[in-house]
Amino acid sequence: MGAQLRVYRQKIRSAQTTKKITRAMELISASRIQKAQARVAAATPYSRAVTRAVSAVATYTNISHVLTTEPAKVERAAIVIFASDRGLAGAFSSQVLREAEQLAELLRSEGKDVAYFLVGRKANAYFSFRRRTPERVWTGGTDAPVFETAREIGEAILESFLRDASEGGVDEIHIVYNRFVNMVSQVPEVVRVLPLEIVDGVEEPGDTDVLPLYEFEPDADKVLDALLPVYIESRIYNAMLQSAASEHASRQRAMKSASDNADKLIREYTRLANNARQSEITQQISEIVGGADALSDAK
Amino acid sequence: MAAAGLRVSVVSADKDVWSGEASMVVAKTVEGEIGILPGHEPMLAILASGNVRVTTADGSKITANAEGGFLSVENNNVSVVASAAEIVE
Repeated sequence: MGAQLRVYRQKIRSAQTTKKITRAMELISASRIQKAQARVAAATPYSRAVTRAVSAVATYTNISHVLTTEPAKVERAAIVIFASDRGLAGAFSSQVLREAEQLAELLRSEGKDVAYFLVGRKANAYFSFRRRTPERVWTGGTDAPVFETAREIGEAILESFLRDASEGGVDEIHIVYNRFVNMVSQVPEVVRVLPLEIVDGVEEPGDTDVLPLYEFEPDADKVLDALLPVYIESRIYNAMLQSAASEHASRQRAMKSASDNADKLIREYTRLANNARQSEITQQISEIVGGADALSDAK
Repeated sequence: MAAAGLRVSVVSADKDVWSGEASMVVAKTVEGEIGILPGHEPMLAILASGNVRVTTADGSKITANAEGGFLSVENNNVSVVASAAEIVE
């Protein structure tokens, strides 16, 4: 067998094995998207109800509580980044990281210090490569998040939110995650979780409206204190679920195009290999014919 | 501002338990039982574990078991939000 032919055959085999892997990953992701999507859909009403209740209170009352009031001066802001544990998901992790960098830039230009909380091994790798130290890191289980992790993250950021900026606490909390729009579109989204941003669905009171009297049981402080961690956890959990669904969709798409590329390579190399085989045969025939001619001439 | 009815939703952390129109909601807060009728003033209360009874617009009754959550009322929207909740037959 000719040397050229052997090289082509090797390349075809290598593309075939790669394709087996990417195809398998594509199928796995495709089967997991459905479930991840269902989890997002199931958890969304809760998150919406909590956020709605909190923003209604913030809009209609003027009770001073950390949850509802803007701090006079923001010295430090926290960014929680939701990336993935594994790569091979296209631009999934890099696009949230890019979005987070832009946000950090903006915050710094406003004279705020930035603290990072990272979720996912990829985010951690990005930071350690640049020798930056995040506040806290959570890794593992980004593709199937559990509520316990959300609670843990919530507790950690709440704890630093309630601490003074001079003691290493933060005054603002932003989250950056991939929002699952549909199978082909996942957009990185930045949300300020605390202090609260008013969400849709709660009508802004007009200037002339008198604020309705809100009734609290047992009292305002206790209710808001109880509401604060619930609110944060639900926002974090929702972001984690959205991010997981996006990760699967993103991986499925990346692996599909990788499989398609492998197909294309295999086709191209097969053509080249056939060509090489053909020319090898042609050469052998012309050698034989030439040899036979030389023999018959010599007689 | 007594409108036609209440829009009620009972939500738990992982699903939408029940939502629809209702004429009355009775829940148990940490201070005691409370009944909510259309036109109730805005309110936010911490729920004690116990049953939430909803009388729907057509008069039938639904009982849900809510644990560790809160009750919010504004503009005739009632949300019962609990980390765990389910319908009791």
